[in-house]
Amino acid sequence: MKTTRRELLKLTGLAASASLLLGPDKAFARTVQRDTSTQVGMLVDTTRCIGCQSCEIACSEANGLPPPTDKPNAGQRRTTGIDAYTVVNEIESEKSNIFCKTQCMHCDQPACVSACITNAMYKTPEGPVIWRENKCMGCRYCMLACPFDVPKFEYESINPRIRKCILCYDRLGDGKQPACVEACPQEAVQYGRRGDLLDIARKRIADHPAQYVHNIYGENEVGGTNVLYLSSVPFEQLGFKTDLGTVAYPEFTKTFLYSVPLVLLLGPAFMAGLRHATRPGDDKSH
Amino acid sequence: MNTTPTTRSFGRAVGQDLWPFIKSELKPKGKLLTPFNIISAPVILLGLALIVLRFTKGLGATTNLNQEFPWGIWIGFDVVTGVAFAAGAYTLTFLVYVLRMEKYHSIVRATVLNGFLAYVFYAGALALDVGRPWKMINPIIGNSFGISSVLFLVAWHFLLYMIAQFIEFSPAIAEWLGLRRLRKILSTLTVGAVIFGICLSLLHQSGLGALFLLAAAKIHPLWYTEYIPVLFVVSSVFAGMSIVIIEGSISHRVFGNMIDPKHHAEHTDILVGLGRLAAVAMFVYFFLKVLVLIHGLHFDLLNTPMGHIYLIEMVGFVLFPMLLFIYGAQIRNKNVLLSAAIISALGIIFNRLNISVIAFKWDVPMHYVPSWMEIVITLAVVFGEIWAFRWAVNRMPVFVDSPAWAKQIDKELAEPQPAVQEIGLKDKQIA
Repeated sequence: MKTTRRELLKLTGLAASASLLLGPDKAFARTVQRDTSTQVGMLVDTTRCIGCQSCEIACSEANGLPPPTDKPNAGQRRTTGIDAYTVVNEIESEKSNIFCKTQCMHCDQPACVSACITNAMYKTPEGPVIWRENKCMGCRYCMLACPFDVPKFEYESINPRIRKCILCYDRLGDGKQPACVEACPQEAVQYGRRGDLLDIARKRIADHPAQYVHNIYGENEVGGTNVLYLSSVPFEQLGFKTDLGTVAYPEFTKTFLYSVPLVLLLGPAFMAGLRHATRPGDDKSH
Repeated sequence: MNTTPTTRSFGRAVGQDLWPFIKSELKPKGKLLTPFNIISAPVILLGLALIVLRFTKGLGATTNLNQEFPWGIWIGFDVVTGVAFAAGAYTLTFLVYVLRMEKYHSIVRATVLNGFLAYVFYAGALALDVGRPWKMINPIIGNSFGISSVLFLVAWHFLLYMIAQFIEFSPAIAEWLGLRRLRKILSTLTVGAVIFGICLSLLHQSGLGALFLLAAAKIHPLWYTEYIPVLFVVSSVFAGMSIVIIEGSISHRVFGNMIDPKHHAEHTDILVGLGRLAAVAMFVYFFLKVLVLIHGLHFDLLNTPMGHIYLIEMVGFVLFPMLLFIYGAQIRNKNVLLSAAIISALGIIFNRLNISVIAFKWDVPMHYVPSWMEIVITLAVVFGEIWAFRWAVNRMPVFVDSPAWAKQIDKELAEPQPAVQEIGLKDKQIA
């Protein structure tokens, strides 16, 4: 028995060191904070928006979608959908009514990307989060995971696709700006590098401290998003989720995924040992 | 109950050709107009018609899923609950092959078969739910590995575990077909498949829970906890045990004539043992749930409508059946144990549906309720699994004893171990 016990220990040690060598951080979701200032994003200044829907119309044209059929209306909540990647809502507030554009937030570490089983949801190095039709199998885990409920699914189609804003990723290569940004007559939506947009947002707050809440939505939410918001009223009044925390969503499943190589390597060694130890008729050799 | 041993022959006899034998086995055996068939056959036929509708008209025409509720009962019941119910296979094989508790050996085959078919049917039902099933091959063939996804892990583990379970059950198929050499080879693979299968099970049972970790802001705080994966594994143990007890009790009535009288006598012993194990797992589970509740500081939520649902789940479907298991094991009463198993199995359905459907976006005004078509297809899947189980049990040595030649092989395989060691010693001496 002595040698087998030693062998068992050896095997256990080997498995443990092998699992350390496998270095899960390479295999699993990247969760380390990194510089995102050079990625592109959008700054939405809700104090400037007049609810003209130019962004909606431009978006549907650029993406081949039907033009919007309804208008922003206080007390009624419009949501993005399979044929509207951005919508403007009118919100009653303590000051005057506020108009607010919504679309994909393009998170730095998106929940949808870490959920995607086929890498169809993809965070481009440039910043936009895009969806790739040739990969997606339609499991809709991205929809379950997205804290902002952005991805939408074509339930009525037999060849359904996930639909959402991709920050006009296909236009960016041509040096163009996203369609909604180009169309905005108020410069309520600005396109640029995330670092620059943060600087602009901070400067606006500093220059007009009475006009803004001193908080940029998207700077830290769910680990930071590439779309940033400025507001004159606290964000929860705009219907924003302010309880999402600052932890990036891939962190939630990281611990679990780290345990996988450990179980797969140590489990068999442990059970082989147990089976050996419970071998009948072996009592005398102890 | 009819306990006279069956007179029907099982498996291919010596000298019988393979193909004619398989052809003859495909024919139905036994009565066609049984109450179960009269209920299940129309449901399966209707289910098949609805499946055609789902693939020609889309998910929108058949389900009540929408942009707010991307996952319904096809995930919450078929997959998440179905896989928990199939956990009996990994727990029993652990007891029998790793801890060598021979007492449970006689029910391993039925449990593994049931587990394997559960995975084939319930995980197979995923193909109905997935919007673009022709792309399901993507994460397998490697052109699209979403390795940071828990779903990727779960999918791979489903696949590998199905193979492991098939290997575990394959000796029975070889015995049925009378393939002696193959039987010998396959039975040497069993222990490896079992150990690998247990590791896979631990990971994907917990993985099914870990899927919902990403729904952090959407699941009611009484159910959302970072311990969901651990809770799923622990509850899968008693979910599996309960189904083994239920399935065993039904099988003893329906297939009683096949079962060796010797095993009939053991049955109470087995049920008592399983009941005790289930009670232990339930105690651990309950304890963990209480810890999570205390650490979550959500006592104030207990006196809300969702809090009442939570309390019903915890007291009515965990604590109560746990005590019933202990009592049933104490007085060795099969009916009490069966009742406890049924209540705790219902509790598992309740718990899994709570996390995936009921407590998911509990505060949305228009909450998802499954369509009748989703329910019929789900029932068709369950009945289909039972039909497949019955088909196999009526042909393969699952409840009936293995043929004598197979037992002889097992004996030969068990014996040479010391002989090999002796040879090893001799070699050393020679060296």
